[in-house]
Amino acid sequence: MNKIIKYVFYDIVRNKIVLAYTLFLLLLSIGLFNLGGNPDKAILSLLNLVLLTVPLISIIFATTHFYNSYEFMELLVAQPINRKKIFMSEYLGVACSLSGAFVLGVGLPVLFFGASLTGLYLVLTGVFITFIFVAMAFLASVITRDKAKGIGIALLLWFYFALIYDGIVLFILYSFSDYPLENATLALTALNPIDLGRIIVLLNLDVSALMGYTGALYKSILGSLWGVGLAFGLLLLWVLVPYFTSRRIFSKRDL
Amino acid sequence: MRDLSKHIIFILATLVLLLLGNSVTYGSTLKVCKTCTYTSVKQAVAKAKPGDTVLIEGGEYKEHGIEVNKPITILGRNYPVIDGNYKGQIITITSDNVTVEGLTLKNIGTSYTRDDAAIRVIERSNIRILNNTILNTYFGIYLQNSDNCVIKGNVVTGQDVKGLNESALGNAIHLWYCDNAVISNNKLQGHRDGIYLEFVKDSEVKNNLSENNLRYGLHFMFSDRNVYTHNTFRMNGAGVAVMYTRDIRMEHNTFENNWGAAAYGLLLKDISSSIIHNNTFRQNTTGIYMESSSRLDIKHNEFDKNGWAVRLLSSCIQDTFRLNNFTSNSFDVSTNGTPTMNHFENNYWDKYSGYDLDKDKVGDVPYRPVSLYSMLVEKVPPSIMFMRSFMVDMMDNIEKVLPSFIPENLVDEQPMMRKNNYDNDRKLTKVVR
Repeated sequence: MNKIIKYVFYDIVRNKIVLAYTLFLLLLSIGLFNLGGNPDKAILSLLNLVLLTVPLISIIFATTHFYNSYEFMELLVAQPINRKKIFMSEYLGVACSLSGAFVLGVGLPVLFFGASLTGLYLVLTGVFITFIFVAMAFLASVITRDKAKGIGIALLLWFYFALIYDGIVLFILYSFSDYPLENATLALTALNPIDLGRIIVLLNLDVSALMGYTGALYKSILGSLWGVGLAFGLLLLWVLVPYFTSRRIFSKRDL
Repeated sequence: MRDLSKHIIFILATLVLLLLGNSVTYGSTLKVCKTCTYTSVKQAVAKAKPGDTVLIEGGEYKEHGIEVNKPITILGRNYPVIDGNYKGQIITITSDNVTVEGLTLKNIGTSYTRDDAAIRVIERSNIRILNNTILNTYFGIYLQNSDNCVIKGNVVTGQDVKGLNESALGNAIHLWYCDNAVISNNKLQGHRDGIYLEFVKDSEVKNNLSENNLRYGLHFMFSDRNVYTHNTFRMNGAGVAVMYTRDIRMEHNTFENNWGAAAYGLLLKDISSSIIHNNTFRQNTTGIYMESSSRLDIKHNEFDKNGWAVRLLSSCIQDTFRLNNFTSNSFDVSTNGTPTMNHFENNYWDKYSGYDLDKDKVGDVPYRPVSLYSMLVEKVPPSIMFMRSFMVDMMDNIEKVLPSFIPENLVDEQPMMRKNNYDNDRKLTKVVR
């Protein structure tokens, strides 16, 4: 299994796209840290970009990669190797290379310019988001054999989590504004890994004072170590659910 | 002719007599020290005649319940300390024309029934409380029904208010039904309210520094025609609250770092016909929160790095915002409905993205300071959790291009292209302080 992971990993690292991704993130973060004097502000701007670009790139790259290495996987399946192992090594290879790029591109500048607990949360959130969206990409790719369809599904998933979901929740909040919605909001944000990641980081920044009663409630829940652990646990759940679903489909399916 | 000279001699004689009499009544000084005739302030005050000076030499005196019932001057030399030892009030003034200067008063216990203070003035006028240091007290200086008083140059320091209950603390300077008071150059911290004024009219509050108080830096209600200038209110639990008042002038004040879930730079409730000029609002959760306030003239203010620069509730009418600078605020203006007849003109907004073709330094496109999202947050507070979400940014931008939800009349028709530069002596006061 390690051999396959290594092979996939090196295959991707040799790929120019991951290099370009690393450079893009690196330039972006260094630029943002140098632009504003306040590292907190840079982390805030970085957060916005990370939560928009990282899921998109992860999901698209992982989907195309999955379809491109279909033949390689077919070859491996012909060998006496468990399908689950093949799938897992593919997944880990892609996810690790992308999150490695993220850690290099964002983690290093954060370490140099704005090393703080918030920075750590930002990097951790980014890594989790990468793992989550690679898992979703794999889910999209095992559902259908058609490459175009698979990429379409992946894009739809990104669109849903990055945009549509927030719109729906805002609409729900607006329609039910006569009711106390604080706890409902909390539950609803947990259903979207992007929102969850954003809130973990935001609550650690100064802006949290703007959030009034809802913010205070969130802080009382997510502010403690236990709460942060819970939030990251939820993110982990977001990795595991799509991963196991897609693995199940992959190991049962006719290739 | 003789008659006249007789008269002159008579008049002169009376004058001389009067002068002599004056020097007799106002001349004597009663010294208080460990080795003097008087070893306690209480003795000296009891023996003093109207017009005398009680001079307290350096040293520590454990005393409380000093009642000043005649017009005398109590003067401290070489920083004498009077320790109340948590037994009750230290100085109670029940006479007109009393001056208390240069003392250090400390240790007043919490008393819910008596509201103990270091210096209390009861229904008297022309009291002067100057350059005292008051430490660790429940109330600092408490004036009730006393007109024409001066409170100047005092330092009132309480305790670290973190985690304390509002009712466990008193106010640093507390005035109730006092007209024509002058409160200046005081430093107030660690109390419930820095300065508390209730039914105080025609007074002046200037050059004070009020910080780290649990509730408000300055709190006043039903106090008309007052002037507040050159004060700094910093890191107070909820900022400054101004309620049920009219004809106020607030100029050259600094409101900063009033940061927290329920904090404001300046909270205005039922204020009318007032002037708010040349103030700085920096890093407050809400710069100005306005409720039922009308006919306010808000000009030449600096709003910098606030969460909300201005929260203008729909109950406000006829307020004018002119020549203010709005920079780096999360939300410039937010409202919960459609406030009417409020006027925005010639403000500088750093989020303004218009152009100026005719180069008259005024933008050609109107600016709408209220964003759709800020209205949504005002209506549904939990939606604040979506701050910085991509969806929200997109919504705001679409609304900016095609406004349909944000109030029509909340618009700056002539936004400035450059920051308004106006003459203000705020920098100077900062250096002086």
